[in-house]
Amino acid sequence: MRWTKYPGRGCARTVGLLPAVRSASRGSAHILGGLILIVVTSVSVFAIFLLAATPEKHLAVYSVVANYSLPLVQREGRAYVGLLEVLEPLGTVSAKSEGPRWRLRYNNVEGDFQIGKSHARVQGRDADLAGKFFVENGRGIIPVTALGSLLPRFLGGPVTLHEASGRLFIGSVGTHFTASLSADNPPRLVFHFSAPVNPTVATEPGALRMTFSREPVVAPASPTLTFGNKIIPSAIYSESNGAAVVTVNAAIPVIASFSNDGRTVTISATSASSSNPTSTGGQNAAPPTQEATGTPPPVQPTPAPAVPTAVSRRYFAVVDASHGGDDHGETLSPTLLEKDVTVALAHSLRQELESRGIPTLVLRDSDANLSLDQRATFANASRSAIYIALHASTGGRGVRVYTALLPLGGDDRGAFRAWTTAQHAALPLSQITANAVAAEFQKRQIPVRTLTAPLRPLNNVIGPAIAVEVAPQGSDFSQLTAPDYQQLVTSAVATAIAATRDQLGSAP
Amino acid sequence: MAVILRTTIPRHLIIAMAVLLVAVLGLSVYAWNMRKTAAATPVASTDTRPLAPPVAGPTERATLYVAHDDDGTLRPEFALIPLPSGRQQRAEELLRALLSRYLDKSSPHVLGPGADIHSVFLVDPGVAVIDLNGAFANTHRSGVLVEDLTIASLIHTISANTPGILKVKILVDGQERDTLAGHADLSSFYDVPAVNQLATQLQSAQ
Repeated sequence: MRWTKYPGRGCARTVGLLPAVRSASRGSAHILGGLILIVVTSVSVFAIFLLAATPEKHLAVYSVVANYSLPLVQREGRAYVGLLEVLEPLGTVSAKSEGPRWRLRYNNVEGDFQIGKSHARVQGRDADLAGKFFVENGRGIIPVTALGSLLPRFLGGPVTLHEASGRLFIGSVGTHFTASLSADNPPRLVFHFSAPVNPTVATEPGALRMTFSREPVVAPASPTLTFGNKIIPSAIYSESNGAAVVTVNAAIPVIASFSNDGRTVTISATSASSSNPTSTGGQNAAPPTQEATGTPPPVQPTPAPAVPTAVSRRYFAVVDASHGGDDHGETLSPTLLEKDVTVALAHSLRQELESRGIPTLVLRDSDANLSLDQRATFANASRSAIYIALHASTGGRGVRVYTALLPLGGDDRGAFRAWTTAQHAALPLSQITANAVAAEFQKRQIPVRTLTAPLRPLNNVIGPAIAVEVAPQGSDFSQLTAPDYQQLVTSAVATAIAATRDQLGSAP
Repeated sequence: MAVILRTTIPRHLIIAMAVLLVAVLGLSVYAWNMRKTAAATPVASTDTRPLAPPVAGPTERATLYVAHDDDGTLRPEFALIPLPSGRQQRAEELLRALLSRYLDKSSPHVLGPGADIHSVFLVDPGVAVIDLNGAFANTHRSGVLVEDLTIASLIHTISANTPGILKVKILVDGQERDTLAGHADLSSFYDVPAVNQLATQLQSAQ
């Protein structure tokens, strides 16, 4: 990078004045000098105030290659960012200016931009920038809004843009978390993160705030987590200016301790307050504001929460990785079996569901033989609110969501429920769930169909049950094993399940 | 050596031997090529023959519900098929006509080589039993949608052209089997109205 240095202009010189005039003007010069000093000081103070009041906006970029932060600039009322700077840490990138045209090459993908135009061409295809393209000091800048649609074309994978908070996730890099409150007195709030975290921790009266500026922490299903406890009533997730913030509201002074290589953060009462567990906080009980940045505080051993929150007492969702053991399912390629893909999908779906606060049981976690009857029995015994069977296929494109194919009349006899049509009573709710899942896929522009299928054990499950068959979006079968695609699919399913949670939870 | 050959073996014998040698070499090369060609030719190509039409019965217009893998749909196709008068033979011929469509080179829903139907039994009241051969199930592609299409195609074709069928059971080589190819359940009877609903769903690409 080349920097141009400009000469300073902070001093003035007075030359060529006669001594008489000099003496006569000495008094007024002092006054003038004082005025100038006051003005300069005022302007400086005002500028400092302005800079302090409006902190520089940033875009935090999270990817498997690197996490980094880029400054944003305002042009025509929009936030802009340098495209080359966004792509540079991710691969080989070069840019070339030719008059009004600015060409960018990222690995083998070429983009063609024109100054003042709100459209560009990437790999010969038109791309909408949602704002004019500018070149400043040789840097091509584009509206931040355009990153969501433009980057997948360069990177060949999905990106998730949180525009309002200036956070960009490239691929499946999100760090999810769950929170559970122990039944100790005073209670402890335990956060489990899917990857190590190292937040900045700050306490203030009535709250403890963890700011994640380097980690790709993503929101749980609901930004406000309530625990039904007077001492630690809630935790709130928010995002702003490239950082995620989790604020724990507490009625007593609390501290954060880290364990499990930074994957677990336990919020517990300070030793002073824990000796007086009946203390009900407020301003007086809160400790003086303290700030602890960088390395986590001294680690205290954190046992697993003795009693999880009420919602985790039973599994809300049962995820079934179909096939397994001797049953390979479809041979997707000479080296890829359906049973292996379904396990990976199940793990991903469990993570997505749990990050939304949905306790999830995965029926098959390894390459085990599990009969269809056993799967149905486990699902029924768990009395879960939803059973989701996962399949993978090379046939067709996108995703199919299935419900059970049952006789229209039903087969039940008196008080007994037929095993082959046990799904009958729950079928309407299964169809509602399947439609919700399909709608979520449509939102994400993934081809989707809802169908019925003679697919066991859907018909043997007494609660709402669906099956999701995942096929690649194009002809590239390897997409089935791509973590990005798997997360795209499972996050859609999890979002739909979270959205229908109330209906599913109220099912008998 | 040449001197010995000229003195001991007559000239015409040498020419005859040379001709024979060239012929042997030529045939060897030809046989080698034939062997390579035979090895490269898939066995399936010998099995994808259209099934023989029935020997008796007037030709009738029937609707076959043909699965299309490209868009995962079931599409009605009209065919003129010689159909016998007996309901059972009629049902068998319908399914054989459907299979011949699938075993054709331009099949939109490829079945494995040798796939066939042993027989169809119509059992009162309203039950049809389709007995597939082992090759049909053993070589069927695995997948929820692809198996769903096969089941819907067979049952919807037979029920649409043979009134009165309410339930269908599918056997393989006369035996019960858990699934067709790992997904579609074959352990239960199929409810025809339910399968007809499925067929309607499958006739739409969305």
